[in-house]
Amino acid sequence: MSASLPLAPAAPAAPGFWRRALRHRSFVLGGVLTLLLVFAAALSYVWTPWPINDMDMAAKLQGPSSAHWLGTDAFGRDVASLLLVGARASILVGVIAVGIGLVVGTALGLLASARRGWVEEAIMRLSDFSLAFPAILSAIMLTAAFGPGIVNAIVAIGIYNIPTFARITRASANAIWSREYVAAARACGKGPLAITLQHVLPNISAVLVVQSTIRFAIAILAEAALSYLGLGTQPPQPSWGRMLSEAQTLMFQQPLLAVWPGMAIALAVLGLNLLGDGLRDLLDPRLARAR
Amino acid sequence: MSVFLAKRLLTLIATLVGASVVVFLVLEILPGNAAQILLGPDAAPDAVAALARKLGLDQPAWTRYWHWIAGLLTGHLGDSYAYGSPVLDLILERLQLTVPLALLAMLFTTVLALAVGVTAAARHNGLADVGLMGVAQVGVAIPNFWFAILLILVFSVKLQWFSAGGFDGWDAGLLPGLKALLLPALALAAVQAAILARITRSAVLEVMREDFVRTARAKGVTQRAVLWTHVLRNALIPVVTVMGMQFSELLAGTIVVENVFYLPGLGRLIFQAISNRDLAVVRNCVMLLAAMVVIVNFIVDVLYAVIDPRIKAGDV
Repeated sequence: MSASLPLAPAAPAAPGFWRRALRHRSFVLGGVLTLLLVFAAALSYVWTPWPINDMDMAAKLQGPSSAHWLGTDAFGRDVASLLLVGARASILVGVIAVGIGLVVGTALGLLASARRGWVEEAIMRLSDFSLAFPAILSAIMLTAAFGPGIVNAIVAIGIYNIPTFARITRASANAIWSREYVAAARACGKGPLAITLQHVLPNISAVLVVQSTIRFAIAILAEAALSYLGLGTQPPQPSWGRMLSEAQTLMFQQPLLAVWPGMAIALAVLGLNLLGDGLRDLLDPRLARAR
Repeated sequence: MSVFLAKRLLTLIATLVGASVVVFLVLEILPGNAAQILLGPDAAPDAVAALARKLGLDQPAWTRYWHWIAGLLTGHLGDSYAYGSPVLDLILERLQLTVPLALLAMLFTTVLALAVGVTAAARHNGLADVGLMGVAQVGVAIPNFWFAILLILVFSVKLQWFSAGGFDGWDAGLLPGLKALLLPALALAAVQAAILARITRSAVLEVMREDFVRTARAKGVTQRAVLWTHVLRNALIPVVTVMGMQFSELLAGTIVVENVFYLPGLGRLIFQAISNRDLAVVRNCVMLLAAMVVIVNFIVDVLYAVIDPRIKAGDV
């Protein structure tokens, strides 16, 4: 099974995964857009068209030109350069917030599924409960308590991700626990921890990969909204959400400023969503049919 | 049914109590001395101590929590530090904007999503289906506040059909009020409608495969009638579930969108209260929003059991 995928033997891939993947339209388009996002952030560390702190008041609020591809902002900074660097904030928040949700949520979900009884009941009630606080509400509370900052935004989005992962993990893990091969493993004397790590986790990893991709997209949207409100990424670090709030005050002078950052967000989110849809079709045919 | 209802009601109360504890812990205990926060780090210690006494901060946490809960139950929420007026009055005034806005957005969401979802499903894999679902896929990816800004760009800056924001109150008349809420509600609804349209489409496609649909067609019911009555009614359960979840997204969304359009609603009140360090307002507004989310989910759960009696058996 892993012969076609020598680099990732643990990946939940069926034979010929890449051959099928490259023919899947959503997967390819989503993959390209996602790679573009990562590439933009990586590129910004070594090269930007202009230095991002290069203010040129004489050249402020310009439209697109050969010197400034996407024009300049109110301080004469190059918008294309700001967009490239802004990709970093989106990726940073996405990776850490999804990481928090994935690690804590999956652990709780696996525990609930392995122990059942009151442990499962308690974990599930707790995750129902945390849904009462949408990410933006948690972020507002944390900001009111600790002041604005990217760390609060990441924690708030991460906490919001935990119940989602816990629920999905538990539901998928419960299905695995009722399989015959788990019964066989138990008959051989394996304990709950060994079964969870050797049988349950590898078999639900496809679901977790798909969910992580989709939650990554949602995290980017949440970071943008929080930064727009001034509760996320703080100046001078550029972020797409904050660029939009600055652009809104300049809509009569330079409306295009309010277009580019939004397009960057939408393309990044679209790419991750398409990638998630594609992965779901490719990794888990049962889910694909239910859709 | 009554056992299910009692159980669900107990969970609701426990969730509300839990939420109040979390709000209290995060906003009252974690930041340390609220008086110090209000006055800033450079304030004189005497002034801080005096304000702490005035706010009741010298009392033990348990007493303060109880005081707050008792106030919540009797409608005495204290005074806003920044506005000097009772928090309850502030909230009630702002709700007159936020509740109509959320309801209008929910209405747009439902109408748009059902129309798009059913139309796409009826032309499964046809040009309209592919086109509409492509638009929905893009719609899901668009941040609601950016869509709001684009609406302002097109309809206020270029066409000048609407003002770019603000709200003169319902005293100015119903129509001007609705007109001021139209773009914000559209901005809130667009993304949610895209999500709901996709759910509606797949739910309708699922039901269209059922035997009773074929029977209805065989009896001579027109395709149109089958779609909008037989199929849609049976496809509504997953749609209603998602709508319940979407209402909390809409409420959270109002915080952002009210700020885009400078609407004096609950979301803008919270946001301004944070910059003013007006903790009494933040605490009660956050609690109110969390309670609204929890109560809507409760109503959806109960509605389910009414729509489909099989669900309560599976729930316990």
